[in-house]
Amino acid sequence: MKKQRPVNLDLKTIKFPPSAVSSILHRVTGVAMFFALLFVIWAWAVSVSSPDGFANVQTIMDGVIGKLIAIGTASALTYHILGGIRHVIMDMGHWEELESGNNSARAIIALWVVLTVVLGVALW
Amino acid sequence: MVTNQASIKRDGVQDYVTLRTTAAIITAFSFFMVWFFITTDELSYEIWRGLFTGLGMKVFTFATLVAVMFHVRVGLWQVLTDYVKAPGLRAVIQFVLNLIAFVYVLVGLFVLWSI
Repeated sequence: MKKQRPVNLDLKTIKFPPSAVSSILHRVTGVAMFFALLFVIWAWAVSVSSPDGFANVQTIMDGVIGKLIAIGTASALTYHILGGIRHVIMDMGHWEELESGNNSARAIIALWVVLTVVLGVALW
Repeated sequence: MVTNQASIKRDGVQDYVTLRTTAAIITAFSFFMVWFFITTDELSYEIWRGLFTGLGMKVFTFATLVAVMFHVRVGLWQVLTDYVKAPGLRAVIQFVLNLIAFVYVLVGLFVLWSI
């Protein structure tokens, strides 16, 4: 027999806690970087092969698409490293409580946003 | 223990150690590249190619690519087991993704070889 239980599917009242957002971001940035490597390794292979190849890659990196890919990849890497450092700190037994876990998640997300802005300004 | 050693199955501890150790290598390489780009005023073809001519940098770059291969082997598997429930489909996707990671390593090897 099915129990009648209250179900809340009102999306406006359902919210991910910061630690969940941090976890999802770690996954998204990881998968994104895996595919970004396709571009990164291609660009690297071409740019070191010949002066012409280097010039070609330089032209692409000066374009809007090249810059967006570069900033996006660097931003993803930044978050993934921050999330990784948080994981290592948690390995050592810190930030494992509900409050400290959520606060550390908020902290790295905030730090990531700041670093991405710095990155964006530097690379644009 | 015998069956444990004889099987190629991984366990959680192995995955954990793999993730952390490879992450350390990839992070070190990332920081090195950031330092290189910051300290290089005008990046030219000669400087860029020259960076990868030394044996040390070749080993560092190749080690990083191998680390990426092992890192995504665990990481992508973790993500896939959560979102792709059909075993056959997951096996195919995992095969393709791990193949791509292996290709990254091979491309890196041959490019480094040619410099």
